[in-house]
Amino acid sequence: MSEMDEMDDGSGIVKKFMFLNRKAPHGTVYALEGLEVVLITAAFDQDVSMVFTDDGVYQLVKGVDTKGIEVKDFSKTYRALDGYDIEKLYVDQKSMDARGLTEEDLIVDVTVLSAGEMANLMAEQDIVISF
Amino acid sequence: MQLGILINEGPYTHQASDTAFLFARTAIEKGHTVPRVFFYHDGVNNSTRLATPPQDDRNVSARWSKLAAEHGVDLVVCVAAAQRRGITDDVLAPGYRISGLGQLVEMGIQYDRLVTFGD
Repeated sequence: MSEMDEMDDGSGIVKKFMFLNRKAPHGTVYALEGLEVVLITAAFDQDVSMVFTDDGVYQLVKGVDTKGIEVKDFSKTYRALDGYDIEKLYVDQKSMDARGLTEEDLIVDVTVLSAGEMANLMAEQDIVISF
Repeated sequence: MQLGILINEGPYTHQASDTAFLFARTAIEKGHTVPRVFFYHDGVNNSTRLATPPQDDRNVSARWSKLAAEHGVDLVVCVAAAQRRGITDDVLAPGYRISGLGQLVEMGIQYDRLVTFGD
């Protein structure tokens, strides 16, 4: 995709962008189209963090198989994120606990944060985009 | 203040585009500028000129067009999201244009605030 190439708005400004992923990977298109924005933002050399909270933690679970619902399986994209220098991945502790998930259930390395730690991280951002 | 607006839901089913419109209009009235609105996800459906809502209802795409004409607001529709949903240059209402996600990222980088409207 040509949009994925290195981009520059000419300003040289680097802002902190947080992408807040709140929804399950399938059922709605938010997770898939949200990932596209994340990749483009990284191509602009911005400081990107991704947070997975609520049903958004399901975006990262191992063993996704979408054959039965006949839609594209994009879960491999999360493992390719470090190739775009997107290494700041955070998950919400309570959302994991509520769904019986641990870090071992996830396809990528993440930092697990409490609600308070998450609030502090959000407060540091310039831009928070929620999908 | 320069305000960028991101709209993630289509017209009528969701209130997002209406709320964004009222926010943008009020912000401009108060002396702020809204240089660009970016339409993503089903938000791209706001851009069609083919919608003909009942006369006693608001026309969502048309009132964005009017705001754009009066205040120079750049109405940008995401190309990838538009292609998925059959939105092409042929169906765009006045003032809208189709472009890439880079236009959204630019709003975040260049403006004072980026405000999201959607679920």
